[in-house]
Amino acid sequence: MPQWAVLLTPFLYLGLLFAIAYWADLRAQTARSLVNNPYVYTLSIAVYCTAWTFYGSVGRASQDGLSFLTIYLGPTLAAVLWWLVLRKIIRICKIHRITSIADFIASRYGKSMLLGGLATVIAVVGITPYIALQLKAVSASFDVLLNFPQPAPAGAGALVEDKALWVATLLALFAILFGTRHVDATERLEGMVVAVAFESIVKLVAFLTIGVFVTWVLFNGPGDLVQRVAAEPAMREMLNPSGLPGGYTSWVALTVLSMAAILFLPRQFQVTVVENVNEDHLRTAAWLFPLYLFLINLFVLPIAMAGLIYFGDAPVDPDNYVLALPLAEGRELLALFVYIGGFSAATGMVIVASIALAIMVSNDLVMPSLLRLRHLPWIERLGLRRLIIYLRRLILVLILMLGYAYFRLTDDDYALVSIGLISFVAVAQFAPPILFGMYWKGASRAGALVGLSGGFLIWLYTLFIPSVIDPSHLPGMSSDGLFEGLWLLNPHALFGLEGLDAISHALFWSMFFNIGGLVLVSLYTRQSDMERIQAALFVDVFQRSERDARFWQGTATVGDLEDLLARFTGDAEAARAIRGYSRSRGARLTADQEAPAALINLAERILTGHIGSASARVMMSSIVKGEALTFEGVMEILDATSRAIEYSRQLEQKSRELELATAELRAANQRLTELDRLKDEFVSMVSHELRTPLTSIRAFGEILLGNQDVPMEQQQEFLQVIVKESERLTRLINQVLDLSRIESGWGDWQLKDLDLRDVVEDAVSATSQLFSDRKVKLVQTLPHTPCPLKGDSDRLIQLVINLLSNAVKFTEPERGPVKLEVSLRPSWVELRVTDRGPGIPEHEHLRVFEKFHQISDQQAGKPKGSGLGLAICKRIVDLHWGRIRVENAPTEGATFIVELPEAGGAHCDLAGDKA
Amino acid sequence: MAKRILIVDDEPNIVLSLEFLMKKAGYEVSTAEDGEQALAAIHEQHPDLVLLDVMMPRKDGFQVCQSIREEDEFQDLRIVMLTAKGRDLEQEKGLSLGADDYITKPFSTQDVVNKVRQLLGE
Repeated sequence: MPQWAVLLTPFLYLGLLFAIAYWADLRAQTARSLVNNPYVYTLSIAVYCTAWTFYGSVGRASQDGLSFLTIYLGPTLAAVLWWLVLRKIIRICKIHRITSIADFIASRYGKSMLLGGLATVIAVVGITPYIALQLKAVSASFDVLLNFPQPAPAGAGALVEDKALWVATLLALFAILFGTRHVDATERLEGMVVAVAFESIVKLVAFLTIGVFVTWVLFNGPGDLVQRVAAEPAMREMLNPSGLPGGYTSWVALTVLSMAAILFLPRQFQVTVVENVNEDHLRTAAWLFPLYLFLINLFVLPIAMAGLIYFGDAPVDPDNYVLALPLAEGRELLALFVYIGGFSAATGMVIVASIALAIMVSNDLVMPSLLRLRHLPWIERLGLRRLIIYLRRLILVLILMLGYAYFRLTDDDYALVSIGLISFVAVAQFAPPILFGMYWKGASRAGALVGLSGGFLIWLYTLFIPSVIDPSHLPGMSSDGLFEGLWLLNPHALFGLEGLDAISHALFWSMFFNIGGLVLVSLYTRQSDMERIQAALFVDVFQRSERDARFWQGTATVGDLEDLLARFTGDAEAARAIRGYSRSRGARLTADQEAPAALINLAERILTGHIGSASARVMMSSIVKGEALTFEGVMEILDATSRAIEYSRQLEQKSRELELATAELRAANQRLTELDRLKDEFVSMVSHELRTPLTSIRAFGEILLGNQDVPMEQQQEFLQVIVKESERLTRLINQVLDLSRIESGWGDWQLKDLDLRDVVEDAVSATSQLFSDRKVKLVQTLPHTPCPLKGDSDRLIQLVINLLSNAVKFTEPERGPVKLEVSLRPSWVELRVTDRGPGIPEHEHLRVFEKFHQISDQQAGKPKGSGLGLAICKRIVDLHWGRIRVENAPTEGATFIVELPEAGGAHCDLAGDKA
Repeated sequence: MAKRILIVDDEPNIVLSLEFLMKKAGYEVSTAEDGEQALAAIHEQHPDLVLLDVMMPRKDGFQVCQSIREEDEFQDLRIVMLTAKGRDLEQEKGLSLGADDYITKPFSTQDVVNKVRQLLGE
C-alpha cells in the first residue's frame, strides 16, 4: 500500500473528528445539545473498547482461547449494579462539583490534598502503560499496513520512533484543542463526548466488517473454523475455557479486575460520571453498553482461529491478525478501513484518558503546590485562569510523552493485553477507598492513605517495575536470580505465594494491603470534623440535600468572594455567579456586605469545579475569617435542613390529599348536576307527552264551541278524538305515577313466593280484550312444572301486561300470532314475548328501555305508546334481580326476553336493598 | 288567490284540528307527518306559511327550519313553530334558527288563527 495513503488517512480521519467535535460544541452553545441523549452517552462509554479490544483481544484469543472475554464479562456484570453504585457516584459528583477520581477520594476524606495527590500519581503512573499500549498498537498497525508481508523491523528503527512520536504529538494537539478550552471542568466537554461516541461507531462497524469478511468470505462460516481448529491438536486448546494460565482463578480475578476498571479508569469516570447529563441515561446504558460489548466481541474468536489456520507458523504477530488477514488477501481498502477502526479505538482512549489525567494533575497535584507560592509575581501577571489552561496543556503533552517513554522502554516484550492489565490493576486500587468511602462513614483519611499507598507500592513492585526492567532480561534480577536469598520478596511470588499468574498475584496482594490497611487503620484512628462531615455527606447523599447547608461559621464580604472567584473564573463569570445567587434569593448584595453562609458555600463549590476540592478549601480559608464549623454544627444544620424538607414533603402530601378531595367533590357535584339534568329532561318529556293530547282536546273543544254549524258527522268525529285523547291522557298519568312509585323502590311491594305461570295467566286474561279487539291471536307455551319466583305479584303481572300490550299493538292481525313462552333454565326462569311487528333496529336495542324513547323511524300513524311501558318493565325486572333484553326474531318482529332468578337463590335474602 | 299553508305534525289529531281551523279561515291547506315529508312538500308546493311541530320522527322541526332558511328561494316563507315542551330555551332556539313565531301547545285556536293572519299580512 502506498505510504502516502497510510499517512494521510489518519490525518483526514482526525480532521473529520475535529469537525464533528467542533460542530457538537457549536450546537451545545446554541442549546441544541447532542449529549442529552442516552445513546450518545452509551456510545461514549464504549471508549472502554480501545486498541486492546480491537487488536489485542484477537491476539489473546489465539493464545488463551476464550479468556479474552473476562475483560467484557466484568463490565457486563457491573452494568447490573450501575443503578445502585454509579448513580450514587454521579449524584455525589454533581452536588460537590467533583471532576475526577482523585478529587472524589480527596473530597471524601476531608478534602485531603495529600490523598488527592497520591491518587493522581497512581492514576498517571497506572495509566501510562495503557497509553503506551495505544501508541504501540497504532504504530504496529502502521507497520503492518506498510510492510506486510515482511515482519515489522525489529527494535526501534528510526521510522518506528518517528511514528509513535508523531501519533503522540497529533493526539496531544487534538486533546488540547478539545479538552482544555474551558477551565471549569464541570462545564462538559461536549465536543469530545460526541467525537468519542462517533469513534465508537467507527470501530464497531470496522470490526464487524472484518469479522464478517474473515468468517464468511475467507472461510465457510463459524462451523468451518471450529472444525478446522478442532482438527489441529496444537490449536484445540483454545476451545477450552480453562485455557488461561492459572485456570479459573484467573477468570475470577480478571472479571473482578474489569468490573473495577469500568468504574474507576479515569477515562471511564470522565465519560460516565463527569460528562453525565441525566442520571436516567444510565438505564439505557445498562443494557445497551453490554450489547455493544457483545457485538464487538462476536468475531474475536473466529478471527483468531482464522489467523491461526491461515498463517500457521508464519511470523505474524497474533495481535495483528485483524489487519494481516485482509492484507494477505490483497484487500487493501478493507485493510485501510480496519486500520481506521483500530486508530479510532486507540485515539478515543488516548484523548479522553489524557484529558482526564490532565485535569487531575492540574487540580490535585500542581494547583495545591502553586497556591502555596501564590505571591509569585509572574503568576499574578499571567492571571490564574490562563495559568490553569496553559498548565493543563503542558500536562497533557507530558502525559503523552510519558506514555511514549514507556512504549520505548518496554518495546516489544509484552503483548497488548498484558500491558493493559497492568493498568487495570493500578486502577483497581481506587476501588476500596471509593466504595468503602461511599458506604461506610467510618473509613478515615489515614486508612485511605495507608491502604492506597500499600496497594500502589505492591503494584509498582510486582507489575510496573518488572515490566519496565524485565527481570528475565537483567542478570541477577530474575525470579530466581537477585532475590534468590530473599525468596519471600520475589515479585512474582510475593511472600511465597505461588501458582498464580502475574496479574492475579498482583491483584491479590495489592487488594490485601489496600483493603486491609484501609479497614484496620480506619478502625483505630479518629476522624477530623472535616472528614466526618464529608463522610456523612457522601454516604447519605440520597437522604440529604445539602445544597443550602453551611460549613462556615466565619465571615467574608461579598466583594472578597467575588474577587477570589474572579481570579480563577474570570470577572464576568464571577459577577454572574454572585448575581445569579442574589437573584435566586431576591436580595441585592453590595460588595462590602457580609456574605451569607450559603453564598460562601456556593463559591467553594464553584472553585472546586475549577481547581479541585482541596485547593478550593485552602483558597476559601484564606478569605473567610473565623473557623469552619464542627461536625456537630454541620450535622445540626443538615438535620434542620432535612427537617424542613420533611415538613415541606408533608405539606405537599397534604396539598395532594386536598387536591384529591377537591377532585372527588367535583366529581360528586358533576354526578348531581347530571342527575339534575336527567330529572329536568324527564319533566320536560312528561310535559311534552301531557301537552300533546291536551292540545287536541282543547283545540277540538274550542272548535266545537265556536262553530255551531259543523255538520253532525264531523262533530261526532271531533268528540271521539276528544274522548280518545282524554283516555290517552289518563293512561299516561297512570303510568307516570306507576313509574315514580317503582322508581322509589320497594315501598309497598309484597314479596311472595310465586309461580310465573300464575302471573302469566292473570296477565293474559287482563289483556284478552285487547287481543280480541285487534283480532290478534296469542300462542302460549308454558312448562308443566311450577316456575317458582320470589317477587311482587302485581308488579310482575304489570310487567307481562306491558309486554303483551306492546306486542299486540305492533302486530298486524294477518301477520300471525303473538307468542308467549315460559321456560325453566338451570337457575332462572325465562319469559319470551315475540311480536310480528316491524322489529327493532340493532342500535335501538338498548335505548328502547329508556323513558319516553320512541323509535325514530317509526312510521307515523302507527300506534304510539306513552314511551314509558318498557321503562317500567326494565325497572320491575331490575328490582327482581333479573335482566331484560330485546332480540329480533328470525321471522320478522321483535322478541323481548326476561330472565328472572329462581326462588330460593341467595338474592331472596336481599329483600329491599335493591331499592 | 288564497294563501297556502302547510301543516306539519306527527300527531294526526292535531293536524286534523289545525286543518279545520285554517280551512275555515280561508286558506288552502296541505299536511305532512314528519320532517322529510315537510321538506318535500315545501319544495313542491311553495306554501306561504308552515305550521311546524318540533318533536317529530326523522328530522325534527329545528332541522327542517334550518335547512329551509339556508335556501334563498324560501326567504319569504313564514314559519311558525309548534312546541310542546313549553320551555323558553326551545322557543329561543326556534326563533334563532329563523322561525317567525312560535306557538306553545296546547294552544288557543283563536291565537293560532290571529298569528297566521298577522304573519300573512291580512
